Amino acid sequence: MEKRVTFRGWLLPILLIAPQVIISAVFFFYPAGQAIWQSLFIPDPFGLSSQFVGFGNFEFLLSDKFYRKSFLTTAIFSILVTLCSMIPALFLAVIADRLIKGSGVYRTMLIWPYAVAPAVAGVLWLFMFNTRVGVVSWYLGQLGYDWNHVLNGGEAMGLVVVASAWGRISYNFLFFFAALQSVPRSVIEAAAIDGAHFWRRFFGIVLPLITPTAFFLLVVNVVYAFFETFGVIHTITAGGPQQSTTILVYKVFSDGFVGQDLGSSSAQSVILLVVVGLLTVIQFKYVEKRVHY
Amino acid sequence: MAQQHGMVEKRGLGIWMTHAFMILGVLVIFFPIWLAFVASTVTQPEIVKPPMPLWPGDQFWENYSRALFSGVNVPVATMLFNSLVMAIGIAVGKIIISLLSAFAIVYFRFPGRQTFFWMIFITLMLPVEVRIVPTFEVVAGFGMLNSYYGLIFPLIASATATFLFRQFFLTIPDELAEAARVDGARPMRFFWDIVVPMSRTNIAALFVILFIYGWNQYLWPLLITTDPEMNTIVMGIKQMFPSGDDVAEWPVIMATSILAMIPPVIVVVSMQKLFVRGLVDSEK
Repeated sequence: MEKRVTFRGWLLPILLIAPQVIISAVFFFYPAGQAIWQSLFIPDPFGLSSQFVGFGNFEFLLSDKFYRKSFLTTAIFSILVTLCSMIPALFLAVIADRLIKGSGVYRTMLIWPYAVAPAVAGVLWLFMFNTRVGVVSWYLGQLGYDWNHVLNGGEAMGLVVVASAWGRISYNFLFFFAALQSVPRSVIEAAAIDGAHFWRRFFGIVLPLITPTAFFLLVVNVVYAFFETFGVIHTITAGGPQQSTTILVYKVFSDGFVGQDLGSSSAQSVILLVVVGLLTVIQFKYVEKRVHY
Repeated sequence: MAQQHGMVEKRGLGIWMTHAFMILGVLVIFFPIWLAFVASTVTQPEIVKPPMPLWPGDQFWENYSRALFSGVNVPVATMLFNSLVMAIGIAVGKIIISLLSAFAIVYFRFPGRQTFFWMIFITLMLPVEVRIVPTFEVVAGFGMLNSYYGLIFPLIASATATFLFRQFFLTIPDELAEAARVDGARPMRFFWDIVVPMSRTNIAALFVILFIYGWNQYLWPLLITTDPEMNTIVMGIKQMFPSGDDVAEWPVIMATSILAMIPPVIVVVSMQKLFVRGLVDSEK
């Protein structure tokens, strides 16, 4: 879509668009270009010179068992975060949708966690499951379960998943709730008259109608799990134990900043660029015509 | 509404069950925040000897004033101020540059328009997480480490906001621009007198979303603020944990966590309608 009526001149629009273009160029394109360029080199240990290695860094990465493991970790993590945030959200939204009065109050309460930063959420959950002072871990101990996410990789993964999914429940709830509210009542009533009970109506009518929203949320939550959960992992596990919670984004950080391995970190950035690119394309291609609010 | 629901709405026991489920859900979701609040009102010994109490104690002022005015590395008041500058800087900055660039794209035909449009679009695919090392080097090169500029500028270009405004500008009736042109009004006059006032609601909705985005940043401030005086509150909490075997000062840390979530929670809850709208708009 284009405007029919436009203003004349070319200097003014260039000046108007300049701030955004300059900032994008300096802080987005140049660094991204640098990442691609650096991914083709291996710097010497003193950072004085670097040697061109072509796709050497990539070949090394793809054969590196830690990197492959990080891919797998990221996949498991993203799937779990998505499931743990979407299912409870849908459940709550379905219940809230049945209420005529009071759903506003519940909604207000439920959006709180969205405002809590992932890193702060990490601290809250760490506090509950802290091996020394955590309330939940203490009660688990009373029940005979010895919780220790510092040593146990599976428990560490469980904790970062729950802490990451927690704030997203609010977000998903809002979208599911809006979608459910827009399902025409007449359709549901008609089914009810035909004698379809609640679950029958839910799976037969409501769920298909909100599928576009669910699919949209699926993509958005995967993107979130990939790129926005750094704070949770950094505060709770710092990628451990034995790299069992080192997702790809965390590895770029730990190899680049902590390990100072610039070539490898840049190559990882480039791989992530491809991943974001794919996810963005999916988002635009399939999610465009999704909801009818 | 009531009549419309009539047929499928449960009554009696059913409605109570529904409320009970909802309350249970809210309690579970809320529990981590409640626990943090309780921990921020009790003494350190009460926490380190588990199980800690589940009901607030009487150390509220004690812990909060200690956090705010002395903190662990730096007073939390300083970190709150830094976060506020960063969040408002990012939100306002993004809105301004996006309004301007969307106006240019929608209301003008100029050489390179398509190229610039795609250039802005592609920034969607470059989250800070995938370009951390080189972006850090750029910011260091400008001498912007430990500065508000360094905190704000690299996060300020937003394709999302530009698209949102572009989308909205396209719905402004052509007659308005036509009339402005006939009257001989300059484009910037049209921008200030018509476009900006008409975009008020969009601007407000976007502000809510962007404020929270800026406030909740973690990785970027972690990289570029090595000076505790420049720490933001969200990244500063982690810095309050001792390295090694010392015991963390839990009441102060938890008071800081509560302080860190208060501004975004106030913004979200008090501007709920705008927030939901901004959320739905910005994801379109």
